[in-house]
Amino acid sequence: MEFGPYLMLASLEGAVTTAVLSLTAVGLSLVFGVMRVVNVAHGEFFMLGAVLAWWIASAIGGMGGNPALGFVIALVLAPLVVGSIAAVADLTILSRIDYDPERTIVATIGLLYIMQQVTLMTYGPDARPVEAPFNARIALPWVEFADGRPQIYWPWGFGTTTYKLGVIVAAAIVLLGVWFVMARTRIGLIMRATQLDRDMALAFGIPVGRVYAFVFGLGAGLAALAAVLVVPIQQAHYLMGGDPLLLSFIVVIIGGLGSLPGTVLAALLIGMSDGIISVFFSPTLAKIIATLLVALVLVFRPQGLFGTRATR
Amino acid sequence: MLEVRDISAAYGPVQVLRGVSFSLGAGEIMCLLGRNGAGKTTVMKCIMGLLPLSAGQITLGGIALDRLAAHEISRHGVGYVPQGRRLFSELTVAQNLEVGRLARRSGPEVLDHVLGIFPRLAERLDQRAETLSGGEQQMLAMARALCLEPRLLLLDEPTEGLQPSMIEAIRHVVLDVQAAGVAVLLVEQRVDAVLSVASRVTFVENGQSREAMDIEALRADRSALVRYLGVQ
Repeated sequence: MEFGPYLMLASLEGAVTTAVLSLTAVGLSLVFGVMRVVNVAHGEFFMLGAVLAWWIASAIGGMGGNPALGFVIALVLAPLVVGSIAAVADLTILSRIDYDPERTIVATIGLLYIMQQVTLMTYGPDARPVEAPFNARIALPWVEFADGRPQIYWPWGFGTTTYKLGVIVAAAIVLLGVWFVMARTRIGLIMRATQLDRDMALAFGIPVGRVYAFVFGLGAGLAALAAVLVVPIQQAHYLMGGDPLLLSFIVVIIGGLGSLPGTVLAALLIGMSDGIISVFFSPTLAKIIATLLVALVLVFRPQGLFGTRATR
Repeated sequence: MLEVRDISAAYGPVQVLRGVSFSLGAGEIMCLLGRNGAGKTTVMKCIMGLLPLSAGQITLGGIALDRLAAHEISRHGVGYVPQGRRLFSELTVAQNLEVGRLARRSGPEVLDHVLGIFPRLAERLDQRAETLSGGEQQMLAMARALCLEPRLLLLDEPTEGLQPSMIEAIRHVVLDVQAAGVAVLLVEQRVDAVLSVASRVTFVENGQSREAMDIEALRADRSALVRYLGVQ
């Protein structure tokens, strides 16, 4: 295959990575932005979403149900269950330590190991796939100029799947939904007011404790949703939370801690470069470059590309 | 209506209040006067539940405010205009006012009433709070507090950094609020402003309430101003 189609393929892979990464990182960004909590367990909520998706899809499949139905139920149920677990963790652990920055880091590291080890003990060490609800192959055409005029041809192996396109569309819809909730609804207003000034939010009747539990659950739920979307492509595994956590932190730092538009744009930058560099060179080089980018941002623009400093 | 009885409070190991007491009736304006660091702002934070008491009680119309969660206090009609305004800077004027209406689920007629008091804000509803001038920000801070239809209004340094015309406008608003039966607890450094609006003052020194006196008595004998503030 020539360079052009090859680049196009790499970009499509990058777009899928961007879609999944945007959802995961927006969850992390929401939690940091509103609560000022660095959630080290965020990757494990992602992993839990994938594992729950496998369990739910297997249970439905075991009962003779349609695999597509199992996936759809997992898509709804897994984020709700993971979000509920996170909200309970917030109310029982993080609120008890008064969201102290240092202690929340230690507490979420503890949560990380608890979730990882409980998953290992119950789900086991194997990587397991979930069947995609639809997965037709789409061959893509390529245009080249030959003999002074454009000619369409179909390079061998040049294409994608309907499922991958579905992941991109689903992530875009969910991100639009998050934007709508934050910008246009009363609960979004409450979250933004809490983010900007916790004490004033309290002084104006906002139950900040409940807002925090909701936001922590929402952040974890978004990570779980991203995982359910990606599990037909990547397989569920108890150690799969590491990469999403690292990449989400990279994205959130580059985009600006707490800035949702910045997070999405940084996810686009990191996701596309990860996809393209991984295809042309190696995934390790992609991670090295992303980490180097974070170092540059921290040195020259510590608040990130779109970050603001909030009062607390 | 508001009873503050012998309250003490600390920021970590630093004891800031060591026994502050005063009371405030409906439709009354009382000012806490004292030097910087005397504990006046801390008293306001204690009333709002933003700093827990280590001793003492605060009641409003018989309700023990010190036993409520901080977010429940405004629902009993306590409006707060903090020092430095502390607006939700990235939200618009309209959104700041919307937050003000949340606590008591005030209806749209309340918003109309408040915008009638501050018509300049009505022209800037879609403007972000951080882009307003200092005077407009102070108006918004007061309008936000009035949106929850308070029966007690806490004003912490409302004239700080404002030009004389704006100070005069705020004085009129405070008097109108008082006339509507709202109790106003004021913390203010400008003695002339205090003398022109307050009906009583309580002096606070080193975290303790000292003398309380009517404004007429203070006007007649300003020696207390020298004793507690070092000014005539």
